[in-house]
Amino acid sequence: MSGRRLPGGGRIDRNRPLNFTFEGRPYRGYVGDTLASALLAAGVRVVGRSFKYHRPRGLLAAGVEEANALVQVGEGARAEVNLRATEVELHEGLTARAVNCWPSARFDVGAVNNLFGRLLPAGFYYKTFMWPDWRWFEPVIRRAAGLGRPSILPDPDRYETRHAHCDLLVVGSGPAGLAAALAASRRGERVMLVEQDPLPGGSLLWRPAQIDGRSGSDWAERAAAEIAAAPDALVLTRTTAIGYFDHNALALLERVAGAAGSPGPDHRPRQRLWSVRARRVVLAAGALERPLVFPGNDRPGVMLASAVSEYAARWAARAGDEAVVFTNNDSAYAAAHALLDTGGRVAAVVDSRPAPPARRTASLQARGVRTLLGASIVATHGRPALTGVTIRDAEGHDHRVAADVLAMSGGWNPTVHLFSQSGGALVWDGEQALFRPGRSAQAEVSVGAAAGEFGLSTAIEQGWRAGGGEGAPPLADAADERWTIGPLWRVPARGKAFVDFQNDVTADDIALSARENFVSVEHLKRYTTLGMAADQGKTSNVNALAIMAELTGRPIADVGTTRFRPPFTPATFGAIGGRARGELFQPLRRLPAHDRHVQAGAAFEEYGGWLRPAHYPGAGESAHAAEQREALAVRRAVGLFDGSPLGKIDVVGADAAEFLDRIYANTLSTLKVGRARYGLMLNEQGAVIDDGVTVRLAADHFLVGTTGGGADRIAAWLEEWLQCEWPDLDVLVAPVTTAWAVLTLSGPKARDVLDAAGVDMAIGEEDFPHMTFRECRVAGVPARISRVSFTGEVSFEVSVAADRACELWDRLRLAGAPFGLAPVGIEAWMLLRMEMGYLHLGADTDGATTPDDIGWGRVLKRRRDFVGRRSLTRPELLRKDRLQFVGVEAVDSTVPVPVGSHLRSPGLPSGSEGYVTSSGLSPTLGRGVALAMVRAGRSRYGEELLVITGEGRGRRVRVTVPGVRGPGGEPLDG
Amino acid sequence: MLLIPCPWCGPRDEIEFRCGGQSHIQRPEPFDAVSDEAWADYLFTRINPKGVSYERWLHVFGCRQWFNVARDTRTHEIHAVYRMGEPKPDLRGVE
Repeated sequence: MSGRRLPGGGRIDRNRPLNFTFEGRPYRGYVGDTLASALLAAGVRVVGRSFKYHRPRGLLAAGVEEANALVQVGEGARAEVNLRATEVELHEGLTARAVNCWPSARFDVGAVNNLFGRLLPAGFYYKTFMWPDWRWFEPVIRRAAGLGRPSILPDPDRYETRHAHCDLLVVGSGPAGLAAALAASRRGERVMLVEQDPLPGGSLLWRPAQIDGRSGSDWAERAAAEIAAAPDALVLTRTTAIGYFDHNALALLERVAGAAGSPGPDHRPRQRLWSVRARRVVLAAGALERPLVFPGNDRPGVMLASAVSEYAARWAARAGDEAVVFTNNDSAYAAAHALLDTGGRVAAVVDSRPAPPARRTASLQARGVRTLLGASIVATHGRPALTGVTIRDAEGHDHRVAADVLAMSGGWNPTVHLFSQSGGALVWDGEQALFRPGRSAQAEVSVGAAAGEFGLSTAIEQGWRAGGGEGAPPLADAADERWTIGPLWRVPARGKAFVDFQNDVTADDIALSARENFVSVEHLKRYTTLGMAADQGKTSNVNALAIMAELTGRPIADVGTTRFRPPFTPATFGAIGGRARGELFQPLRRLPAHDRHVQAGAAFEEYGGWLRPAHYPGAGESAHAAEQREALAVRRAVGLFDGSPLGKIDVVGADAAEFLDRIYANTLSTLKVGRARYGLMLNEQGAVIDDGVTVRLAADHFLVGTTGGGADRIAAWLEEWLQCEWPDLDVLVAPVTTAWAVLTLSGPKARDVLDAAGVDMAIGEEDFPHMTFRECRVAGVPARISRVSFTGEVSFEVSVAADRACELWDRLRLAGAPFGLAPVGIEAWMLLRMEMGYLHLGADTDGATTPDDIGWGRVLKRRRDFVGRRSLTRPELLRKDRLQFVGVEAVDSTVPVPVGSHLRSPGLPSGSEGYVTSSGLSPTLGRGVALAMVRAGRSRYGEELLVITGEGRGRRVRVTVPGVRGPGGEPLDG
Repeated sequence: MLLIPCPWCGPRDEIEFRCGGQSHIQRPEPFDAVSDEAWADYLFTRINPKGVSYERWLHVFGCRQWFNVARDTRTHEIHAVYRMGEPKPDLRGVE
């Protein structure tokens, strides 16, 4: 037994004990404990194994910077991995395991790595496993080095995202942050105060202090309550500011409901990600203590001095009975007093400075504590945890001293992570041996310890001013004492001296990095993996770069730091994803007649963001059989197809015709009212970006039709040209795609069905010919009908208001039943257009396809400008060997050729002369039909090519005009 | 994440906008008198300034209006927003 619970004190509720297990063993703690404080109080010394050498490790810290105690909490779907035990709030029934060890933290077979430690320096894996291929070794190495094992079950909890705005966002609720938020809230500002701990107060929760005549923690509680009660203020505890982005945008991660690993108790989300835009930001995130770098500094029992104090004061958990303190600065003396005050013994205070301030040493000597000045610790002893240390005194003599806890302090690092993310520049403060914020890049100010100001009065005053406080700030009862430091970056002695505890990087690894000339901090980081663990080097980075500075004889300021990146502490994917998962990840649009398709037995697939019927399989019918049957129904009787997603854009205005002439590659201004025309749109590079049928409703009113995928894109495209290039044109553009449902009747019986459904106009071929447009009523429903065809059969494209789609669907199916009407899905629709050789934009074309490539070279004859016109005469676009749109038919078989396969002349050994863009089995012909892009294809009709189906294998095909032709070369539809 | 002051809607989050790249590009005309070089320059050549960048932005999830933004590529500071067709603002002393 080493650590123990003190008989009184601490912010724990001794009337509410909690049972939990760690590594399968039962323990007891109290409400208010963290997993770390409960383990420490229970005397558990080994809490995990290190990442690379699998060395036993104990608690290093008491807060977010903890590097060793990574745990997996909970079981099954709610298991959370790689949590810091110092941040896990204890709850009844909590189960936790150490990560990165097997079978347990106390006995771990991977510790064999430690015996070969000399053989596993930085870069070992890169240098050793290069031959024959790193990928052979990677899975094994990764498994050996892995951290926790996340659940593969779906996360049963809910997460959400919130957006917020405020006048002042304060990060950290220590004395400086509270003073800032208090001042601003009293001025009536919209204030957000963010604290990662469950309790406000920061260092006031454990450091002795008196403010305005109250204990520090009392004052903090009252101040936080006053802020929370202000009408426009919000205090968020259990909330970490994890990222600071441009223009004062910050991301906060709030742990809302349910302790880690436990079921969420109620309707609330487990976590909430806040996206906050703040007018001003106050960073009062405090400071983190640095470890000292000396041999054996990772033995369980070696802890940060401030953590020893914090565990004792906040959780009534004393880290050990017999302590040694090792420091290079004044702050660790408080830990010695804390240990003494709680009944522990302090065997020695080892201060590396030859002459620390006399009042510090005197206060301890008065309590009977030995102080060794100019001394250092050169070894630690005990297995698995600390039983003693070897002290080398100023004269070079070694003394072995018994100890079960070693409290160390190498100085302090202001928590500058968010400041650095905000773009601010850090400056090196040589006197205090720390990096602190320099010039701000945004509307932000750092205060208190985060700014390198460690005095309580100064911190409060800085916060008060930053919050806009008028008058006197809250008053601390004691004057600030200066603290001093004499940097000691590493103890020159043999043995593994750890710099990065979490990634097992030692001072020797940094020396190796320097010898091999990885001297930039960014190279050092990547070569040794220093600072790349889940803690992002919170306790290691500054020590490492200072050691590198020493080794290379440069000033620390010149070596600099690596970039601080978000998140400050790890964030769950659940919180980042929020509600955007499952069906809500990318919500699909449903057709207006969706329910009718469901009733008709449709099999749905996603096409361009829409959920559409792929086909309508009957009982026991395969997908393939269904699409063949549906396509045949169109050829022989009549099909009903839902084409609602086709893009529809109203273009209205005196200059509408002129505008469309500039946009389209072909002429639209000559279109007569009531007529329809196929058109191509190009981008300025001359590539085809959309096609569709446009109808003229009136002299100044066109309805532009686009592909389904182009509906939003082309509407935005038209707006862009109008607003940016031709603002003088009198034209309005309105996308109306979703206002209309489009049901298309297609097939030899289409006219009969429309007639039977009831239409209030003449629809004979002479009255209502191909490529015309009428407004009328179908079955009493106001409708627009276009006579256009994507199948080659007689077609009526009937548009009605979206909310009448179901009505029209029902009437057409009823009227069509005697004629053998079949609902037709997209797959059959595509087969039909393939048989006809009709181009499907995006399937047969890509981002480089020009009008001439698809047989529309005649647009080149247009004598006027339009978008993309000039590009069509660029030399590249006039080359004769460009890929051109053709049909291909298999010579040797009726089986369709695979889409995407390449084509090549039989005589050529390698290379490609094009590829298949569309392919399917024609139900009409009972054999494969295909379309392709082939080099100079239009000059090669009749030529035989090979479709490459594998190494040295191919199928013979013949190049044809696109589309199946009858025996006399006539199109299939006559 | 930028806070962009839309000239019509006021300051809004960057996620509501789409960047349309460099602004003030003159489309060469008439098409049959434009050299290949001039046309290629119009299509493909863009400046990549370290400093103030004059860009087109679209408030796509808002008023759907295009406008110009003068943004510093070093700091992301937005020095000015102005409407389509308006000349570049005078930013001497900033650039």
